[in-house]
Amino acid sequence: MKPGFLQIDNGKAVAIASIPDLAFDDFRNAALDRVADGAQVVHFFAYKTGQQIRLAVVLRTQHLLVATCDAPHTFPSLTAVCEPFHMFEREIAEQFGLRPEGHPWLKMVRYHANQEGLADIFGNAYEHDIPGNYPYYAVEGEEIHEVAVGPVHAGVIEPGHFRFNCIGERVLHLEIQLGYQHRGVEQLLRAADFKRLPTLAESIAGDTTIGHSLCMAQAVEALSGRAPDAGARIIRTIALELERIANHAGDLGALSGDVAFLPPANYFGRMRGDFLNMTLWICGNRLGKGLVRPGGVLFPITDEDRKVLSGRLNELTPQVAHTIELLFQTSSVRSRFEDCGVVSMADAAKLGLVGPAGRASGLAYDVRRDFPTEQYPHIAIPLSMQTGGDVLSRARIRASEVLQSIAMIQTLLAQPIATECVPPADMTPLAPSSFVVTLNEGWRGELSHCLLTDPAGNIERYKVKDPSFHNWNGLAMALRNTGISDFPLNNKSFNLSYCGFDL
Amino acid sequence: MQSVVLLVSALLLAPLYSAMILKVKAFFGGKKGPPLLINYYTLIKLFKKGSVYSTSTTLIFKLGPLVSLCTAVMILLFLPIAGHPPLISFNGDIILVIYLMALARFFTIAAALDTASPFEGMGAAREAFFPIICEAALFMMLILFYILTGELNLAAYFAGAQPLGLWQSAGAPLLFVVLALFIVMLTENARVPVDDPATHLELTMIHEVMVLDHSGPDFAFIELGAFYKLFFYATLVARLLCPWTFDVPLLDLIFFFGVLCLVYMAIGVTESVMARYRMDKVPQFVLTSFALVFFATVITLEFIK
Repeated sequence: MKPGFLQIDNGKAVAIASIPDLAFDDFRNAALDRVADGAQVVHFFAYKTGQQIRLAVVLRTQHLLVATCDAPHTFPSLTAVCEPFHMFEREIAEQFGLRPEGHPWLKMVRYHANQEGLADIFGNAYEHDIPGNYPYYAVEGEEIHEVAVGPVHAGVIEPGHFRFNCIGERVLHLEIQLGYQHRGVEQLLRAADFKRLPTLAESIAGDTTIGHSLCMAQAVEALSGRAPDAGARIIRTIALELERIANHAGDLGALSGDVAFLPPANYFGRMRGDFLNMTLWICGNRLGKGLVRPGGVLFPITDEDRKVLSGRLNELTPQVAHTIELLFQTSSVRSRFEDCGVVSMADAAKLGLVGPAGRASGLAYDVRRDFPTEQYPHIAIPLSMQTGGDVLSRARIRASEVLQSIAMIQTLLAQPIATECVPPADMTPLAPSSFVVTLNEGWRGELSHCLLTDPAGNIERYKVKDPSFHNWNGLAMALRNTGISDFPLNNKSFNLSYCGFDL
Repeated sequence: MQSVVLLVSALLLAPLYSAMILKVKAFFGGKKGPPLLINYYTLIKLFKKGSVYSTSTTLIFKLGPLVSLCTAVMILLFLPIAGHPPLISFNGDIILVIYLMALARFFTIAAALDTASPFEGMGAAREAFFPIICEAALFMMLILFYILTGELNLAAYFAGAQPLGLWQSAGAPLLFVVLALFIVMLTENARVPVDDPATHLELTMIHEVMVLDHSGPDFAFIELGAFYKLFFYATLVARLLCPWTFDVPLLDLIFFFGVLCLVYMAIGVTESVMARYRMDKVPQFVLTSFALVFFATVITLEFIK
C-alpha cells in the first residue's frame, strides 16, 4: 500500500491523531496519484480545528482511504489535473474562502458567503439574487438561441435554474444553477442539540429521509459505541429498500408519462403510493420520518406486521413485474428511451457519477456490495449494470432494482428477529477527537456523512454529501447534442435532488 | 334549416366529444377519469375569469385567440355534418377552408412570438414546421378527390352518398386516404404521438406551449377553437370511414354521431397504446400521410385508366 493514506472502514470511528497529517504538496500528490490509479473521491472538504483550517480527503478503492493536511489560503487546484475534484474544490472555495489556483471553472456552488468572513472568491456581495456576479456560460453565433427555465417551474417541483444554449432543437450546452434552497444544513447539524440531530438529518432531502437519517445514525453510533441490535438493522435495511422501491417506481411512471404513455404512468403512480404506505405502516410516516434513530429504531416490526407487509408485497410483485414489462415491451417507448442522453463510461468516471446513473454507464459501484452496512453483508445483492449510458439503461437499472429490492425485503421479513426499540437517549459526549465516515446506497446512489469531533466530544465538522452532488453534472453532460425536447425525459431518468444538493 | 340545427348541435357537442378521448385514456390508465362534461365546466370556469396580459404584448396577442376561434367556427360552416349539405358551399371552398386554418395558425404563431418567451418561440417554430407536411398531404388528397369527382368542394366529397361514390370509384386505395387523414388529424390537433396535450413540460410541447400566456376567456376561445377543429377533422374521417346512408334521416343521424364517437375513441386508444415520437421523428410520421395518399393517387389513376 502506498503511504500517505489511512485505510478506514465504513462507519468505524478512528482517532483524528491516527490520520496522516501531510504537507499540502504531499497531500495533493498522494490524492492525485490515487485517483490516477482509479480511486474515486468520496469526500474532499475543509474543516476548522481551533484557528487552523484543514483539508480532508476520503477516497475509495476497494477500501476507504483518508488523509488530511493544513489548508493553504491558495493552493494549486487538483481539478486542473484531475476532474473528479471539480465540484469539491468549488465547494471548499465557497465554504471557506480558499482559492484553488488554476481551477478550470471556479464558479459558486450554492451562492452564499463563506463562513470565515474572508474576501469572497467569486466577488459576490450576496445582496442580489443568484447568480450575482457571474455571467452564465454563453454560446455565440447567428443561429444560437438560449432558453432559460426556472427557478420557478410548472408543476410542483423544487427550484433550480436551467440554461440551454441551443442551435435549433439541439442542445449544445446546459448550465444548471442551484442553491435556491440553501439552508445551511451542515452548520445546523454541527451546532444542533443532540435530540434535534435525527430530525435535521431527516429533513435534508425528503425523498431520501431514510438514507440520510441512516448515515447520521451510523456515524453517531460509531462515535458513541452504541451499536443497533440485529432486529433494528433488519428494519433499517427494509426501510431503505422500501424508499428505493417507492422512488424508482415513481420515476419509472414519470418517465412513462414524459413520453405520453399513460398506462404505466398511472399504474406506477399508484404503486408508489402502495410502497410509501408500507413505510407508513411501519412507522406512521410515508417518508419514514421518525423511524431511524441513533442506536436503533423507534418502531418495531412485529410478526403481525411481517404478515401484512409480506402479504402486500406478494400482491404487488406481479403487478410491478407486469407494468415493467408493459413499459419496456412497448416499442414506441423504447425508441424514445434508447440512445437518448448518452453519458459515456469515460465521462461518467470523470464526473464521478454514482448510483443508478453511474451503473447505467458501466461503473460497477454499489455501496451495498462494496461497503455494506446494516443487514447488507448478510444478503445477496446482485449487481444491476448496463453499459448504454442512455435513458433506457438508467430506466432498466431502476426497474431491475425494484424487483431485487422486493426480493430482499421478502428475505428480511422472513427473519423474525425482535428488536428493542430505543428510547430517545442523549449519547453525548461523543468520542473525542474522532473521525468517522458513513456510506450508504440511497436510491440515487452513494450517500455519505462525515463527522469530526473536537477534544471535548462536540461535533466540529459535519459534512453531508448527497449523490446529487456528483450527478447533476451528469445530467448536463447527458443533454449535450440531445434535442431540447428530450430534457424532461433525461431529467426524470436522473431525478436528482435540489435540496440534497443545496443543503 | 336542418343544416343550421346540425351546425348548432356541432358547436354544442364538440367539447363533449373531446371529453370522450379523456375517458378512453382514463380507462386504459385504470382510472375513472374526469366527468364527460368536464370541458363545459372548464369553459365556464375560464369565461368567468379575467384575462391577464403581459405589458410587453401588443394587439396581436389579443387577436390570436379570437381569430383562431372565428376561423374554427367558419370552417364548420363548410362542413357537411352527418352528410347534410353544409350552410355554405361553392366551387373551391376547400381551398378556402385549408387557408382559413392556416390563417388561424398564423395568428396563433404571431401571438406566441409576440410574448417574446423563448418557450413560445420554440413552440411556434415547431407549429410552423409540421403543418407544412400536413398541407402537402391534404393537397394530395384534394388532387385524388378532384380526379375522382371532378369537383372542388367539401360537399362534393363528404355530403350524402358522395363518400360511398368515392369508395366505388377508388376502391381499396381509399383505405390509405382514411389512414392519412387520421394522421393529419392527429398532427393538426396536437395529439399523441405528435404532441402531448396532457403534458406540463414546456420544453416538449408544440401547440400547448404557444398558448401558455393566454388566460381566462382568451384561453377559453383557444380551447373552443381546438374542439371545433378536431370536430371538423373527425367528421371527415367518420364520413370517409363509414360512407353508408339509410334514407331514414333519424337513422342517418344516429349512425353518423355513433361513428364520430368511434373516431374520437380511436384517438383515445391511439394515445393510450403508444408513446409520442421523438421530436425529430415526427416529420417522418407526418410525411407518412403524404406518402400514403400519394400512393393511393397513383394506384387509383392507373386503375381508372
